[in-house]
This record gives sequence, structure tokens and C-alpha cells, in this order.
Amino acid sequence: MKTQHCQVAIVGAGPSGLALASELAKSDLDVVVLEREDTAGGIPRHCGHSPYGMREFHRLMSGPAYAGRLTREAEQQGARIWLNTTVTEIGPGGKLLLSTVDGVLELQAARVVICTGNRETPRAARLVSGTRPLGIVTTGALQSMVYLKHRLPFMNPLIVGTELVSFSALLTCRHAGIKPVAMIDSNPRVTAIKASAWLPRLLGIPLLLNAVLDEIRGGSRVESVAVSNAAGKLQNIECDGVIFSGNFVAEASLVRASHLEFDARSGGPVVDQYGRCSDPAYFACGNLLHPVDTAGWCWAEGLRTARLLLADLNAELPRTGRVLEIETASPGIRYFTPQRILLPDAHLSENHPGVQLRFAENRSGRISWWGDKGIISGRRIRAQRERRVLLPFPPRDQLSACASLALEFLPDVED
Amino acid sequence: MSDYSSSASLPATLFDIIVVGTGVVGCAMARRFTLEGAKVLVIEKAVDILDGASKANSAILHTGFDAPSPGSQELECIVDGYNEYLEIHARLNLPLLECGALVLAWNEAEADRLEGIQRSAHHNGVTGTRIIDAKELRSKEPQLAHTAVAAVEVPGEFVIDPWSAPYAYLLQALENGACLARNCELLDGHFDSGEWTLKTSKGPLKGRQLINCAGLYGDRLNQKLVGESDFEIRPRKGQFVVFDKSARGLTRSILLPVPTEITKGVVVCPTIFGNLLVGPTAEEQHSRIDAAVDSAQLQALIDKGSSILPALGQHAVTATYAGLRPATEHKDYQIKWYRDRNYCCVGGIRSTGLSAALGIARLVYRQYLAAGNQHSELVDCHWPRVSRIADPGERDWQQPGNGGIVCHCELVTRREIMQALEGPIPPCSLAGLKRRTRVTMGRCQGFYCSAELSDLTDGCFQQPMSSARK
Repeated sequence: MKTQHCQVAIVGAGPSGLALASELAKSDLDVVVLEREDTAGGIPRHCGHSPYGMREFHRLMSGPAYAGRLTREAEQQGARIWLNTTVTEIGPGGKLLLSTVDGVLELQAARVVICTGNRETPRAARLVSGTRPLGIVTTGALQSMVYLKHRLPFMNPLIVGTELVSFSALLTCRHAGIKPVAMIDSNPRVTAIKASAWLPRLLGIPLLLNAVLDEIRGGSRVESVAVSNAAGKLQNIECDGVIFSGNFVAEASLVRASHLEFDARSGGPVVDQYGRCSDPAYFACGNLLHPVDTAGWCWAEGLRTARLLLADLNAELPRTGRVLEIETASPGIRYFTPQRILLPDAHLSENHPGVQLRFAENRSGRISWWGDKGIISGRRIRAQRERRVLLPFPPRDQLSACASLALEFLPDVED
Repeated sequence: MSDYSSSASLPATLFDIIVVGTGVVGCAMARRFTLEGAKVLVIEKAVDILDGASKANSAILHTGFDAPSPGSQELECIVDGYNEYLEIHARLNLPLLECGALVLAWNEAEADRLEGIQRSAHHNGVTGTRIIDAKELRSKEPQLAHTAVAAVEVPGEFVIDPWSAPYAYLLQALENGACLARNCELLDGHFDSGEWTLKTSKGPLKGRQLINCAGLYGDRLNQKLVGESDFEIRPRKGQFVVFDKSARGLTRSILLPVPTEITKGVVVCPTIFGNLLVGPTAEEQHSRIDAAVDSAQLQALIDKGSSILPALGQHAVTATYAGLRPATEHKDYQIKWYRDRNYCCVGGIRSTGLSAALGIARLVYRQYLAAGNQHSELVDCHWPRVSRIADPGERDWQQPGNGGIVCHCELVTRREIMQALEGPIPPCSLAGLKRRTRVTMGRCQGFYCSAELSDLTDGCFQQPMSSARK
């Protein structure tokens, strides 16, 4: 097998991977981006509507335009993007196995950044009852069909979910002339910002909350769905498709099959405050660590990780020291990242937004850092499902004095 | 190659054998009779082969250690089928996972029954089994719940690919002269002067002998053609949960429970594709088509699986499915000749059909010979090699010129998809393409590849994945 070499290999050409590539190539590093699709850009590539680019380019762009701009910038800075190239194995010390149209090859990199992103939870993993006809897709699949292939899988689907991406599914339908029959969510409130509930109303599409998808019916194609409300009352809705939107999970199969430490809570790799994995040749960045966040957030994280990686290559990032594993016993916390802090903390993490968390339910309360001697710091939050919560790291001097570190969430007592 | 699936009419030839149904039994039957020199036609009412009972099972190649006592048709066919699969799989390039099975006892009462299970295994001619204690069990399967007290080890229980195996049987039949007609429903038929004249949705057909391999419709076909049926199909639904490949390492062996009077119970089983499977349920029902899954049953399977392998709960579900077994009111298979009408019914082939199919075909052929029929054996028999889509062995993504990977979860290449679409038995449905290549069957279930796939398959399927935007 042929072996090629590079300084930094980036797995995945989405917003975080491309931001990293631009920033690193700017510093004259030999950067290779490995992208398994035939076009770079990641999810924005098939998300044909706004808003993208405000944070990065200070203008309103569509997903494909934004993906194209990120790609061009990375290439202009000198990063090489290898398309149709799949990483099939992650090995110790930055050794990657690749599958290309020409067969397999090995790539040895000094550092690898894993930016494989996230994807939506499909029907099967949600254990939805019923038959398995054609016409059941995720938003990602729908958008790829509509925007990349100009094809329609159905004309009158049901949309399951009310996350940001669910409204993106709605806009995709509108663009393609598809008229959804309804949008449903099992929760009492819309998961995305409250104002988004206006969109289906404006388009004349019923928004059903407290509504559970009980069954999918149909022979070769979807014919109807059974939906029940909070009182258990069943409603039959005729439709020819179902869009399962959101409920993002990390696309971490490579990580899980590798030697890298895996975090069952987030579904991604365990990282320290620099985004470095358990094998110091590997970093991870973007929605792989925190499903799901906006492209702009991932892009900014890419820039930050690039600077940390540069420092690491200049031997400015500590490799050894005392490891504080962050623990939690609070059931409301679904996941958090990073999962560990390496002490002493280098000054480089000063711009770090802190630990990023997700909560299982909408709850108000207080989130705190606990050291072995008691509470260090904390703040009041209003946690919302699928929404980012940030908590800055404790001050450096206090961290150094900690023998252990835990996150605690104390919900407000409900009336 | 004689595939009449997309042509409007059928050949006017008088066939020696007409096989009705292209489940695993029909495919094996077509192969056996073709290799023995008979002129065979197989008809199928669905758009694709393996579209009934054979599309969903546990994919275990059984030894027959727990089959009904010696003398049953089922045991004889399982043993013969098992041996023939081991003999031919390498030549057809079919995979084999030699994982073995453990029949687990979870309490002393079950442990007391292990001796009996071992004894019946010996009675059934399955040797090499032994009883292992809790300590050995733990060292063998460290992820197993610690409450398991003992087990019978059955080293010969293996796992195969439930789709490429019957596909290969049928392909070998076709490459050696058999004909196939899908989309061809048998509407009526009558037997006169040693010949069957059949009315089908594709027009008339003539054959000397008729073999009913109609699976879930076996009793109805009997009624239609010979006016009686010794059995009634009582469909038994089995639901399954497929776990992500990350769970594959949790067990080396197939994990079986001590069976009860009613059911063989829920199995935890590796798949040839590197996943872990939990199932089936056993639900009696009237419908012969309704293979719906039920979220409560699926959750119960996950709970059951997690009680056997506690770490299973940390792994994601990749797929859920259900299959219908053509069970009857009888315990044994219902293989019967109506000699005066040159008609053979191969009915009631319940959950062991995948293991027994090659053996069933041999049995039926022996019975056919015994009635005085004969053919001169095929000279220069062809042995097609099917493409390897299971993980052990060389895969196309490792080879140059593969066209790039389209389905990222299952590493299916563009070349594999095109070869299947343009192949000798082209799939006429997405389900058929999935069975041939595994596209969209991985953890993302089409999030990444279904757009590309719907583009590639444009014009290939009766029910397309999508239509072009106007």
C-alpha cells in the first residue's frame, strides 16, 4: 500500500474543517482535507436557503453559496481538498487508512483533526411503529434530493420535529412545491425559537404540539400516519411521506471503532480543553463534539482549534500534566464537552467559551462547578432542549487547587 | 440468461419443472433441478425475488441440534442443507461466519435442562457440543450478564448472508439454463395428460411438474391447483432490532435461550455484516403481508438484549424490521407429492428455511427420481461467484476503479450499485437493491446517500425513490 504524508489531515470538509484548513494553510502548513462526498462544504452544501455567513462574511448567504465560499478560501490559502476520499480507519499516531476511487492508501499526518459532524436520527433508531414503505426520509436526505439532484421523494409529507432544522425542512418543501400536511412535536413547546412557530402558520400548515407519531402506514409508499395527542386521542392523517427532522447525533463511527477514548454521553470523542483527543496526534472539532450547533459556531470553533493546533506544533501546548476528569451526577445534563482539563492550563485557552452543555428538558436552574472543597463558580441558566448552554471554566488558580471537578445542575423547584 | 421479468410474454416451451415462488426454497429448488439436468422455469408474483418470508430472518445457519426429533422432514433437510452450504459456499463466493452458539441457562431450573438439550443434539447427529460452567462462560463471553449459570456450546451454529445465498442459488440455476419470470402471478392451472397448463398474469405456461414453493401462500396455491391443502398457513411475525456495528464486539457467539414449549425465544446474534441482532418476537397473526414493527415490542427486545449483554444499552439502534414465518398447525414441514397430478407442495417451511433450503431441494429431487423421472446430469456446470458484500473478505472499496463510495455507512461503491442494477437479476425495487448491495442499510439509513441513490436508480424501479422536479 502506498503511504503519503502531510502535516495536518482534516477529516471532513464541513464549516469547521474548512475553517481549520484555511487558517492552518495560511500559516504555510501542508494541509490535506479528506472529504468522502464529491463536493466540499458539508451540510450547508445541501441547505439551499439563508441565513448563512453573517458571523463569517458579514452578509446573508444561502447554504451552497456559503459552502462554496469556505471551500474557495481554503483552496486559495493552499489547502488540498481530496474529494471522494473516505477515511476507513484511524490508527495511533495520526496514521489514516483511506479508500479512494483508485483503491486504498495510507496517509501519515503529524496531526489529524476529526471534523465528521453530525446527522439526524432516522426512523429506525426512534423505534417508530408501523410498516416500512418508501417516502420516509431525514431532512438531510430531503435537502440533498431537492437542492442537489432536483428530485422530490413525495408531495405531502408529515414533518416530525420542531427544531431549527425542522423549519429548514419546511423551507425546503416550500422551495420545491411540496406541501406538508402537518408539523408535529411530542413536546408542549416548539424546540427552536418561539417565533419560528409563525412559519408553518404563515404557510397554512397545522402545527401540532404534544403530538406523538404512533404509526406509519402504507404498502409500497407511505399512505397515512396515526398521531395521538396528550389525551391519547388518535388522529389519522393522510400523507405520502414522513420527514424525521433533527435529533442530531454525532457522526462518530470512525472514532468509536478506533483507539480513541469515546464519550458515551455526547456520542463523540473525549477531548480536553484544547479539543485534543486521548491520542495527542488527534484533535476533534465541530458538531462531532456537540450535536447540533450552527455552521457559524462550528466555523469559529475551527479557527480557534487551528490556533491551538499551531501552538501544539510549536510545542507550546502542554502534553503532560495533571488530568481533571469532569464528572456529573445531574440527570438533567445530557452531555458536555470538553470532558477533561489538562493542568496546568496553558494561556492559550483564554478565549475558550468554556464547557458546552446540552440538557434533556427545558428547565431553569443553576449550573455550577464543584471542586473537592465545594462550589467554585456557577450561574443561573434557562436550559432548553437542543440549545447550547455555556459555562466558563473556573479561574485558573482555583482549577489548579482542585483534586476533582464536577458539574452540577440544580433545577428551580417547580410550583 | 433467460429472465422474462420485464418482458410481456413467456416462452411457449414445455418446461420439465415449474417452480412457484422465489423465496430461499424456490431458489434452491430451481438450482437443484437445473443442476440435475431438468429444464426449469421459476415464477414469482412480486417484482423481486426474496420478497416474502425469506426477506427477514435471523440469518443463522442451523445445525439442527434443537430440531424436532429424528425422523422429521425438518431435521433431515436442515442437516443436508447445512452440509451442502458448507460444501458450496466458497465456490459461489458466499460468506460464512463460524461463530458457534451458546444455549444459555439463567437459573438452576434451566441449567437442569441443558443435559437434555445436549442429548437431543446427539440424537440429531450434532456432535461437538458440550456443557460449560459459569466460569468458563465468563472467560468466553466477558460481556455476558453475570447471572448466566451455564450453557451448552454448539460450535457448528454459523451465520450467513440471508440474501446473497438464495440469490446465488438462483443465479447458478439461471446461468445453467433455467428461466425466471418475476411480476408473474399464477392465476389458475389444470393438469391434463401429464401436463400442467397454467394461466398467469403474463400469459399461459406449460410444464410437466409443478412445485409449490409459495411460502406464505402455500395453502392457497394448494387449494387453487389441487383443490385441497393438508395445512393452513398461520403467519407468525418476528420483529428484530439491529444494533450498530460498535456493538458487534459484545459477543463472539450466537446467544440462544433455553427454548420453551412455545418458542425458541429471543436470540442475540452477530450478523455477517458486522452488526448485532436481537429478536425475533413470535406473534401469531392472520395477515400474510403485514410486517409492521411495534415500538413497544422493539423496546422489549432492546430490554431483553440488554439483560443478556448489559453494555448493549450504550449502543445505537441501526435498523428495525419484521418478518413473517409461514408456520402451520403442524410442527414439521409439509412436503408432499400429489403423484397423480405431478404436483409437489413444499409448505410450512418456517424459521429454519434458510438452513434447510438446499436440503429440501435434495429431498424433493430424490422423491422426484423415486417416481421414475430421470434427466441426464448437466455437463460443464457453471459456478457464478457473487460479489462479496459482507465484511470478512475483500470488498470493492479496496479495489481501484470502484467509482467511489456512495453508501458511507456500509461502504458500498458506485461500481457495486451499477453492477447490481445492470446485473443478471436486476433489482426492480429499492428493497431489492438493498438486499443485493446493502445500500442505506447502515446507521444513517440514507441521510447521506439517498439523494445520490435516487439519482442513480432513476428509471430502474417500479416504485421510484423520487421523481424529477418539474
